[in-house]
Amino acid sequence: MTLNQFGTDLLVLLPLTFLLGWASLLLLADLFIPAKNKGAMALLSALGLAVSLAMALVQKGPALAFGGTVALDGFSTFLNVLFLASGLVAVALAYDYLKHMRLERNTYYILLLFSVGGMMLMGMSTDLMMVFLSLELLSIPLYVLSGFARPAEKSEEAAIKYFLLGAFASGFVVYGIALVFGATGTTSLAGIVQAVKSGALLNPNLLTIGGALLLIGLGFKVAAVPFHMWTPDVYHGAPTSVTAFMALGAKAAGFAALLRIFLTVFPSLAADFTPVLWVLAALTMFLGNVVAIAQRNIKRMLAYSSIAHAGYLLMALVPYGQRGLTGDVSASLLFYLVAYGLTNFGVWSVVMLLERAEGKGLALDDYAGLGRKYPALAASMTVFMLSFAGVPPTLGFVGKFYLFRTVLEGGYIWLALIGVLTSLVSAYYYLRVVVIMYMRDGEPEVASAPWLKAAAWVTAAGLVIFTFASGALFTWASQALLTAF
Amino acid sequence: MDFLMHPLNLVTFFPVLGVLVILFLKQEQKNAIRWVALVTSLITFGISLAVLAQFNASNPDLQLTINEPWIQVAGWNIHYYLGVDGLSILLVLLTTFLTPISILSTWTAIDERVKDFMIFFLLLEVGMMGVFLAQDLFLFYVFWEFTLVPMYFLIGIWGGPNRMYAAIKFFLYTMAGSILMLLAILWLGIHQGTFSVPELIAKGGIPADVQLWLFIAFAMAFAIKVPMWPLHSWLPDAHVQAPTAGSVILAGVLLKMGTYGFLRFNLPLFPQAAVKAAPTMALLAVIGILYGAAVSYAQTDVKKLVAYSSISHLGFVMLGLFALNPQGIQGAILQMVNHGLSTGALFLLVGMVYERRHTRDMDKFGGLWKVTPIYGALTLIVTLSSMGLPGLNGFVGEFTILLGAWGAGDAGGPLGSHYYAGFAALGVILAAVYMLFMFQKLFLGPVTHEENKKLSDLNWREIATIVPLLLFIFWIGLYPKPFFGLMAPAVEKMVTLVHGAALAALP
Repeated sequence: MTLNQFGTDLLVLLPLTFLLGWASLLLLADLFIPAKNKGAMALLSALGLAVSLAMALVQKGPALAFGGTVALDGFSTFLNVLFLASGLVAVALAYDYLKHMRLERNTYYILLLFSVGGMMLMGMSTDLMMVFLSLELLSIPLYVLSGFARPAEKSEEAAIKYFLLGAFASGFVVYGIALVFGATGTTSLAGIVQAVKSGALLNPNLLTIGGALLLIGLGFKVAAVPFHMWTPDVYHGAPTSVTAFMALGAKAAGFAALLRIFLTVFPSLAADFTPVLWVLAALTMFLGNVVAIAQRNIKRMLAYSSIAHAGYLLMALVPYGQRGLTGDVSASLLFYLVAYGLTNFGVWSVVMLLERAEGKGLALDDYAGLGRKYPALAASMTVFMLSFAGVPPTLGFVGKFYLFRTVLEGGYIWLALIGVLTSLVSAYYYLRVVVIMYMRDGEPEVASAPWLKAAAWVTAAGLVIFTFASGALFTWASQALLTAF
Repeated sequence: MDFLMHPLNLVTFFPVLGVLVILFLKQEQKNAIRWVALVTSLITFGISLAVLAQFNASNPDLQLTINEPWIQVAGWNIHYYLGVDGLSILLVLLTTFLTPISILSTWTAIDERVKDFMIFFLLLEVGMMGVFLAQDLFLFYVFWEFTLVPMYFLIGIWGGPNRMYAAIKFFLYTMAGSILMLLAILWLGIHQGTFSVPELIAKGGIPADVQLWLFIAFAMAFAIKVPMWPLHSWLPDAHVQAPTAGSVILAGVLLKMGTYGFLRFNLPLFPQAAVKAAPTMALLAVIGILYGAAVSYAQTDVKKLVAYSSISHLGFVMLGLFALNPQGIQGAILQMVNHGLSTGALFLLVGMVYERRHTRDMDKFGGLWKVTPIYGALTLIVTLSSMGLPGLNGFVGEFTILLGAWGAGDAGGPLGSHYYAGFAALGVILAAVYMLFMFQKLFLGPVTHEENKKLSDLNWREIATIVPLLLFIFWIGLYPKPFFGLMAPAVEKMVTLVHGAALAALP
């Protein structure tokens, strides 16, 4: 590799390398920031994310770098922007939340930056080794962050649970990679595609099994049933600001890898994988929504709701092997991730506003009277609930419409039917929150946290406005193409 | 600017202006909020009259259309498409007419959270107008689902003791139907390449078996909304728990969205399936007529009685629609308006006595006529109108429907048997029974309860809410021609289309 080549390669990865470099610098800078100055680290992290975001926006693809292990294409640019923007929101939310819960420690932001970096790399990986690397880079900081509320037992439990099961899932991914390597003699996605095309497979069964193991490992990350067991406990125990970030970031990164691997490498194995995905999606939608009904704690309810949303995303992945549908599959997933992400941050910021020390203020009943005492906040929460349930005029509806269109285009009418019926179930528990807010009397306490309030209002307004002006987002999502091999 | 000032955009979105003004008022400024809401809805009514003035009744097609591309990427073909024709013009007017009346009726009845109430009420008007004007299925669905949200709050916050249950039941029932419709809409969008209703009608060519499935999916959404027997169980709950103004709009307009949906979408989009399903739909309609009437008679709560009578009345509308001939459909459209006027008035009257006595139990009343003569007289007229006395509006609608259903019952007609019309006619008699029974219990005989002796008669505001309704009750009853004139060409066109398409499909 010549020095010149190394330079252009770095340019492809510039937003990522900048972000990781900046995070490493902040680790050092942390020593020199006086303990009294709590906001400086949040500000510096936000600055790093913003600069990286600007770089990601001006980057021009498509390009491959580092020996074809990472790709810069429309797909990865879309995701980079999504991850960096959600990182920025996460910093803003954490700033208020950590102060409110007295958890202010600067390492929080640094870990967050590393995790964002891992997610970005995940979106760009075109080599299975790189997928594994980015998986670890995004997960390890999240394990630590889950336990950030120590010595709260719940938080420590969440961290250890997430770590153990996460490590287990990583094992599946590694083993899957090994089997794929055994079948094709390479870990590069392009190489695997070549091997499949030329028929030079050492053992076709190994490829299928390897793919299945990858699906299990990534299914864990996106919290698909039956790999979802950790989700309620971790979402419940982790500091809420971490949950908010994880619920979007880890899920989106998992789906990024699933999309890239399945759409580019495994279309030839669609006959094997489509039925499996069908069942996984149906189970995930069903279980997530039905179990959410029984929850009386809002964090647990939203954890099950996030499982259900993984189900809807998986549902649109089912027709991935059909020629001519790849564009719709990836575009509808990306579109929904944005709709889901906006709703997700909005809803968690409301949860953080009502949360009080020692896990109080998290019961559904604590939301009683919110409609009367804090009308703007309750109205925002209503928008989030409607968006999650897929009721117009919210972006969640447009997103679901797109997902269902993809499924119907693929001809899976029964799966779509399961999807809409489980949506109906979900409307029940989402509306229950609205019922409690508006139709019961109570004295809710809301923290005075300007960033959290702003996040709730802005996302709520955005969800409604984007419904009517979704053209730009549609165009962008449909142009976010994967590099084909 | 032209786009914003288009009459259909104005009539749909003008209430939003009122919402914005109300947002800047304080919760305590109750009267100011009420006045803003009332004036907004009156201006909206004025705009709808301007739409009527520009409407050409002899033209059977969509008029005053706005058709702008909305979402046009990745194979989507969604338009912002509004238009009005003879099928919808009367319902548009009914909506803008009932809204100010309902707002006026809340003047003293709603005293808590007036600000939120008026905001939701005006937003509801936006949703309802959009439903009647949208000509693109995606746009229609957005408005259709959106109407659920404000209505849900109106029932859930200002309703009776069991309001939370009623509100959630209302939402989930309606949503259950509409998500099936959503799948059918998606199917049409994918396979026909457009969501525009006129384009879909022109294109046609959907295979008969698929048509039937799509028909069922759409029918689920609309039949729940109407509601048709046996999907009606949400209605009594919602009506009884809703505040008076909510009931008026629910009965007056929201239920019509269901029957209108059948007329606008089911008949022309799936004509073969419509012809095939006509006897089944008519059978369900007749069962609804008789069932609603029988259950009404068994009620002791006046509001519940009126609620069940709606099931019976809307059975007539459904029977008229699936007679699939001009008389039946014209009668059905007119009966939608009639039901809005009469049942709206009945709910208002029930609300007035409830405000005074805080009970709706018929046994708690008796001899009210002596105490409150104005109230008694107005109620009598409305009662007679609701049971279909000749000379008042109800008669014209029901009679035309029965004529249509009888005609459709001829051999070779869509219904193929005269029993439908025969049993439906029985419903007219039963209506007289339960309505007069109610009137007798409330108003005739001696004053049996001490509390009722001092009831105050209606005040000027309450009279002002009823009189405009009475005006139309008499007008339609005595001279319905202008109303039929507005819809006749559009209905003729629709009938020709349905029969043409169904005949063409015969082997």
